[in-house]
Amino acid sequence: MNKILKKELLSPSVWLFEIEAPRIAKKAEPGQFLIIRTNEEGERLPLTIADFNREKGSVTIVFQEVGAGTSLLAQLNEGECILDVVAPLGKKTHIEKNMGTVVCIGGGIGVAPIHPIARGMHEAGNKVISIMGAKNKDILILEDEMRAVSDEVLITTDDGSYGIKGFVTTALQQIIDRGEKINEVVAIGPVVMMRSVVEATRPYNIKTVVSLNPIMVDGTGMCGGCRVKIGDEIKFACVDGPEFDGHLVDFAGLLSRQRMYKDKEKVESDHVCNLTKIKEVL
Amino acid sequence: MALQMTKHAMPEQDAQVRAHNFDEVALGYDEETAIAEANRCLSCPNPRCVQGCPVQIDIPGFISKMKTGDFDGAIGVINESNALPAICGRVCPQENQCEMHCVLGIKGEPVAIGRLERFAADRALAAKNEVKPITYAADAKKVAIIGSGPAGLSAAGELAKMGYKVTIFEALHKAGGVLSYGIPEFRLPKEKVVKVEIDNLKKLGVEIEFNSVIGKLYTVDELMEEEGFSAVFIATGAGLPSFMHIAGENLNGVYSANEFLTRCNLMKAYKFPEYHTPLKVGKNVAVIGGGNVAMDAARTSLRLGAEHVYIVYRRSEKELPARLEEVHHAKAEGIDFKLLNNPVEILGDDNGNVEKLRCIKMELGEPDDSGRRRPVAVAGSEFNLDVDTVIVAIGQGPNPLVQSTTPDMQTNKRGNIVADEETGATSKPGVFAGGDIVTGAATVILAMGAGKKAAAAIDEYLKNK
Ligand SMILES: Cc1cc2nc3c(=O)[nH]c(=O)nc-3n(C[C@H](O)[C@H](O)[C@H](O)COP(=O)(O)OP(=O)(O)OC[C@H]3O[C@@H](n4cnc5c(N)ncnc54)[C@H](O)[C@@H]3O)c2cc1C
Ligand SMILES: Cc1cc2nc3c(=O)[nH]c(=O)nc-3n(C[C@H](O)[C@H](O)[C@H](O)COP(=O)(O)OP(=O)(O)OC[C@H]3O[C@@H](n4cnc5c(N)ncnc54)[C@H](O)[C@@H]3O)c2cc1C
Ligand code: SF4
Ligand code: SF4
Ligand code: FES
Ligand SMILES: [Mg+2]
Repeated sequence: MNKILKKELLSPSVWLFEIEAPRIAKKAEPGQFLIIRTNEEGERLPLTIADFNREKGSVTIVFQEVGAGTSLLAQLNEGECILDVVAPLGKKTHIEKNMGTVVCIGGGIGVAPIHPIARGMHEAGNKVISIMGAKNKDILILEDEMRAVSDEVLITTDDGSYGIKGFVTTALQQIIDRGEKINEVVAIGPVVMMRSVVEATRPYNIKTVVSLNPIMVDGTGMCGGCRVKIGDEIKFACVDGPEFDGHLVDFAGLLSRQRMYKDKEKVESDHVCNLTKIKEVL
Repeated sequence: MALQMTKHAMPEQDAQVRAHNFDEVALGYDEETAIAEANRCLSCPNPRCVQGCPVQIDIPGFISKMKTGDFDGAIGVINESNALPAICGRVCPQENQCEMHCVLGIKGEPVAIGRLERFAADRALAAKNEVKPITYAADAKKVAIIGSGPAGLSAAGELAKMGYKVTIFEALHKAGGVLSYGIPEFRLPKEKVVKVEIDNLKKLGVEIEFNSVIGKLYTVDELMEEEGFSAVFIATGAGLPSFMHIAGENLNGVYSANEFLTRCNLMKAYKFPEYHTPLKVGKNVAVIGGGNVAMDAARTSLRLGAEHVYIVYRRSEKELPARLEEVHHAKAEGIDFKLLNNPVEILGDDNGNVEKLRCIKMELGEPDDSGRRRPVAVAGSEFNLDVDTVIVAIGQGPNPLVQSTTPDMQTNKRGNIVADEETGATSKPGVFAGGDIVTGAATVILAMGAGKKAAAAIDEYLKNK
């Protein structure tokens, strides 16, 4: 049982929870994730550790309500407890000194997991250029936090309501075109975004790391449900990843597997929605 | 009275009915039948059956008590050697163990040792005998156990009774290992049997820390150096699923048996949407493999609504590694055995869903290293099975999480921990290991036996430390 210390709405349907978890906070590193079970009937939901505070003994998650599992989680309030939290899972991001210039790209709520990575890269003394992308100005999250850990921040919005009009790749291309020597790109966001970033860096041979989010169950390598094709190999994203060399990832396969339960998710979401309504009526 | 040459039948749910529910298939003896079956035992002075039991239960000893209706006495004898008899009576492959050696088996059927053990154990469970909590000495040493499967549970019970303060670290949110997430409800009831055994351990004072993945949250060294544990027993099982590495294995509708059974048993997908974890079972299902895991996946599919379920196995019926009883039950329920066939490719539709399993016929050639005749493909005999789900149940390997973070502990080339067969001692002082993580995928009773031996060795080690 882990207590919710803070609950904050970052943008419509995007929540930040700070959770009491001293054992996990001690060990967590950028790039790792946790798995949450909200209630006895609930699914096991994987979410990135968006931040950790070792002194306070807390970890932070930022998540978007997209279906039954995440909306049940969003119904919990400050002071209430989450039934199960297991972490830290997955490998940590490769961060070291003298990596040179690193471009950290976060799309949508992908900004939340990219933040500790940018911070880690920055603390290690690397030059950090961050690109934050959102559909429009209103749903951009964590701008101040990103500015605090970056040498330069570029913001893109699909509709041009803030920053550069276009996608994160528009900004990335600008950086490449101005002759900046990029040593590594780390991109986290929707699969289609990560795929476009990888296609943008491929011609220039820039090392590009992406964080994959296939459907998971245990998160410990026991089920194989999270398998993804990396080059010629099958990897389990929960233990071999979640970060991989983007130029080797089979994105089409990942997208297809993410859709596996589309029809069931609708049933589940309707069911939970009805339960919530019943609770409200009572 | 002439000796009855066959076992007394154990009542079971009708095959057509049980194929659609998750209730236990085998219903167990009643008292009268148990006594009658016990009376078939000859109480051999040199009982051969005992040699076949990995934990050497005094079989004629407990059976002779049952003959007189002394069931409390019987369970007392069993408990001297086996802490989880209600589980072993149900899932031991008796035909290869105790019952294989029974003298009655020479001319007829052996004594139904497993069924008798189950009867005595169930009766004790139903009686809910009070477990006395242990009063630990103020300076009791702490022992950490990694994994709550049968190996970890039996070691925990033994060590607690010796006065050690035991903490089990379990990666999942539930205890039991394969007993909870793998073996289905219809073969091993969770509330009635598994949970009761685990609750009894808790009453003894054993603590279980759930959601604790060792290798991630703590390393073995941290448990010993920072968390104050004087010894560690690693019982992490064989949890890493193998795949076939054939084309189409990443299509939607292809599961490892581990994932399929975990979604169903641990996450209760059979109660979807009341329980929220989804599981996709189509009309036609092919399960690859011939062991207990394959039988469980096949029979679970049937219960989840599949109309036609195939077992695809590359050898013949004789080589099926599953318990005989499971094969009989599977057949009675209508599982279609496609023996001497091997999958070569999984074919999908435009949406990335499984549509067909392409197989090739096999024939048995010369014996291989395992002594079994090696299956050889028959050229040009490929054919397609129309299926929408494929479940791969071809084996599990060791999960490397603990080994890779414990560099000074020796492993073999398959990744299993190297441990002394008698003591479970590894190459790292104070660290012991047992169960499937050492032997590779084996049986519940062997894992339990390993836990018990390791507990004794840990006691010895800590006393001399
Ligand atoms: C390593 C990892 C890190 C993640 N980090 C974050 C994060 O920081 N913030 C965030 O908002 N989301 C994150 N996700 C995605 C998040 O897990 C899913 O949005 C969530 O599980 C959806 O569940 P649901 O029941 O609300 O929605 P559903 O309606 O059930 O599903 C919506 C979609 O989410 C995906 N999904 C469903 N179940 C799972 C599952 N068990 N595991 C993974 N994906 C699933 C599927 O693609 C599905 O189509 C992460 C996923 C992974 C694997
Ligand atoms: C579907 C199925 C059916 C079977 N049927 C039979 C049968 O009928 N009869 C029979 O005798 N045998 C059967 N077996 C085999 C038997 O279940 C196993 O041999 C036995 O469970 C092994 O016990 P164990 O304690 O070594 O490991 P497991 O039961 O595998 O338990 C290991 C535990 O360790 C936990 N763990 C793993 N890694 C970590 C970590 N890093 N940190 C913390 N915890 C960790 C796991 O979550 C798990 O709970 C079956 C197996 C399966 C999968
Ligand atoms: S524990 Fe297993 S092998 Fe031993 S007597 Fe019981 S059923 Fe037979
Ligand atoms: S071998 Fe058979 S008959 Fe003899 S003691 Fe054992 S169970 Fe009884
Ligand atoms: S989530 Fe089960 S192996 Fe990765
Ligand atoms: Mg869901």
